[in-house]
Amino acid sequence: MSISDRIPAGTFGSSPPRLESYAKVTGRAEYTHNVQLPNMLHGKIFRSSIAHGRIRRIDVTAAKALPGVHSVFTAADVCKLVPNPYYGPAFHDQPILALDKVRYVGEAVAVVLADDPHTAEQAVQLIVADYEELPAVFDEVEAVTSATFVHDELKPAKTFADLKHLAGRSNTNVIVEFKLDRGDVKNAWAAADRIFEHTFRTPMVAHTALEPLVSLAEMNGSTLTIHTASQMPSFVRIEIARLLGWPESRIRVKVLHLGGGFAAKTYIKLEAIVALSTLLANRPVRIAATMEEQAYVIASHATTCRIKSGVNKAGRVIARQCDVWWNCGAYADVGPRISQKSGFTAAGPYDIENVLIRSRGVYTNLPLCTGRRGFGVPNLSWAYESHTDMIARDLGVDPIEFRRRNLLREGKEQATGTVMPDDSIAQVLDRLAERMNWSAPFERGHGVMRYGRGVAVGFKAVIAPTTSVATITINADGSCILNISTVDMGQGSDTVMAQIAAEVLGITAQSIKVSHPDTDLTPYDMGTVGSRSTFHMGNAVKLAAEDARSKIEALAREIGLTKGSNYPWSELFHRRYGMQAGNIVGMGTFIPPYAAPSSESGHSANVTPYWMVGGTGVEVEVDGETGRVRITKLITAADCGALVNPRIAETQLSGAAIMQIGYALFEKMDFDGGQLTNASLADYNIPGMQDIPLALVSVFVEGDQQGGPFGAKGLGESGTFGVAPAVANAIHDAIGVRLINLPMTAESVLRGLHKIQGRQWGDE
Amino acid sequence: MPDLRTIKFRLNGVAVAAQIKLYHNLVELLQQFNLFGARESCGQGLCGCCTAIVAGKAVSGCLYLAALVDGKDVKTIEHLDSCGKLSAVQEAFIEAGAVQCGFCTSGFILMTEQLLDANPNPNDSKIREYLAGNLCRCGSYPEISAAVKIAARKRRNVPPT
Repeated sequence: MSISDRIPAGTFGSSPPRLESYAKVTGRAEYTHNVQLPNMLHGKIFRSSIAHGRIRRIDVTAAKALPGVHSVFTAADVCKLVPNPYYGPAFHDQPILALDKVRYVGEAVAVVLADDPHTAEQAVQLIVADYEELPAVFDEVEAVTSATFVHDELKPAKTFADLKHLAGRSNTNVIVEFKLDRGDVKNAWAAADRIFEHTFRTPMVAHTALEPLVSLAEMNGSTLTIHTASQMPSFVRIEIARLLGWPESRIRVKVLHLGGGFAAKTYIKLEAIVALSTLLANRPVRIAATMEEQAYVIASHATTCRIKSGVNKAGRVIARQCDVWWNCGAYADVGPRISQKSGFTAAGPYDIENVLIRSRGVYTNLPLCTGRRGFGVPNLSWAYESHTDMIARDLGVDPIEFRRRNLLREGKEQATGTVMPDDSIAQVLDRLAERMNWSAPFERGHGVMRYGRGVAVGFKAVIAPTTSVATITINADGSCILNISTVDMGQGSDTVMAQIAAEVLGITAQSIKVSHPDTDLTPYDMGTVGSRSTFHMGNAVKLAAEDARSKIEALAREIGLTKGSNYPWSELFHRRYGMQAGNIVGMGTFIPPYAAPSSESGHSANVTPYWMVGGTGVEVEVDGETGRVRITKLITAADCGALVNPRIAETQLSGAAIMQIGYALFEKMDFDGGQLTNASLADYNIPGMQDIPLALVSVFVEGDQQGGPFGAKGLGESGTFGVAPAVANAIHDAIGVRLINLPMTAESVLRGLHKIQGRQWGDE
Repeated sequence: MPDLRTIKFRLNGVAVAAQIKLYHNLVELLQQFNLFGARESCGQGLCGCCTAIVAGKAVSGCLYLAALVDGKDVKTIEHLDSCGKLSAVQEAFIEAGAVQCGFCTSGFILMTEQLLDANPNPNDSKIREYLAGNLCRCGSYPEISAAVKIAARKRRNVPPT
């Protein structure tokens, strides 16, 4: 890097193209999908065909005998290397391969390794498993009182202090129950003028990242190298090391670009199976899930949410009780964290004196679940923003005016007691009203086509407390490499992190190489999840760059240069070491302040390092003959702090909203006796180009974000909160039909129309 | 398992031969040549990630049998910059920020090339209709539409507005 390449500060806030643009438009970007290892075997997984049962016998003889098959492994083989083969981020409840029991249709029971994937697939069909079937439970509310128990006892991981007391608890499907108690809800009901109570449901949904899950493993000397499409290289290393009883240094996790993540590629997915397969077979192994299989590895929670609100004569919500049931599926995964960390926002972004929240994560005999671009908040906002609109319309108050009366404003305490630092919720709502031209008359139509509009706002806390570490290496020629374990899965983190480092160092973002995560070389990061990277890793990168800059200045002093001397960095190295030699390494570690909620009351003075605030306004066209809903306009407004890269930020907001169009209108995993019936993209539709409103606008609000790098914060999920409830509110505005269950299919709209018209379904 | 069969075809302008099995698809064939720009995703010809051009027409590489390209001309995303320069469409995708995770990008770019060959100045509804068979889970559709329009202008030598 020479002085001439240095630019004045100002990289931050500009929109250079993504660093990997060229590689991506030429088809040459590196994905784990592309990785081929010499002499590798291909693994295919034999999956349970029943929802719940004891394994009597697994016959793999015919599969082993098929020419081209190298080996077939079951839990018995796994236990030879890992006697206690259970893993998971919050609970150690998931076996690497099903052990003694199967708990959902699609659970991994055996793995076949063969010379090519087609042979492995054929051999999987030759495996026969004999089960003693047990009764199964699928519904998250029924599971609470069901006599069928998915697990014999609860096995919390030691990582979280607040889960320790659950160890050994049996005869329950409730994994965790988070309680928040603010004020005095019981007495508040008596003071209320009106009481409203509604129950809302969301279905289990699929992530369908277009690069399906894929992991490979190989032994290099005494190191097990795992190549994986993961959002969490550091966690993979820690958890595989724990399972094997090895030091972290013997596990190396490498991640390339990800073909989408959306939380599907978090914690352990295929990594444990591929690692054990490699160790047992003594050969490199690749296991790639198909799109259909991906839905059996991980899904996203179905929820039931019951909300009751007491409203006084002035139209203020004075009490709210929220009961939330999260259908976690057969294994806890991160469900217990979502139950708590999103659960405490279940009452919505409102200033309510008396709040009672009970948020339960529940085991069922369905695929295990994690968040899906929103860490559970879209499930909650579906309920609280539909409910809020229903109250407003019932009271005859304009829905935006009703929200304004009740919003959580600057300086007010959120239900946990944490003070809202700014007025960004109100600003988001104001911008929506403005862009929707809300005060102007709106034509709702008279014929078959009716028109409506709706808004919704939501907020989210970031998962806390979490740590990010970054190093930045300056080479003797002045070139620069940023080493981080943040995974670029399309959100643009490589570019944004380079911009933050460039801003500190006074160079261009394009001149910084951002390394792919490699746990031998890139330091610890909790994971690329929950819109945490820009804030957490961004701060670590900023600290690392500042550290490097001060070391450069020290080097300059050491060789006798006066402050302000305009030497290229390469010259400093050359003068100090006599040739092109040496390095400067800057390091930064960041963990934000945080106070855990009390286990008694759920209260905390500092429950999140920052809030993400977002809202949506939509206009819809509803066809009264077919029930078809078309979104004609979609406005997203969000507080994204100071924008590092405005173009990428805008793409994040609109992309999040587009994903939610599917959630609102058609995405739903269908189950028949626990068997998923629409796993393929032929049956499970995701939004395509024709589903997108031509009028799609993103609006930014800049709230107070003192803790972020140059005032920046996370924004990848902020566009998800409002879409589904805004559409429901708009449908109601258009035709008077209130939908309380997602997705809002044409059939559900038409059924609703028949109901309000007093017509029997099927009468024509 | 069927035996190996040898096929000969033109790949990105070069005459090549390959040994395949009858059940191999075009994506697997291309991987033999270290070409990874066509990617199998849904495996059902529904998402467009595996798009390649066979005899001048876009096909879904996950459904198209490798054996069928025997004697034909095959082009992949990797041919577009073979002269060392990006195509107008590739440049436009960068300019419009139409790339997020990038897994679907090859398919969108190849389909856009084909769209603009057939219709040099498509409007929104033509763009949406033509690209309806390509999916982007990151939701880059607005930027992709913008990229198609930028590319159309570039190809017609109309200065940017």
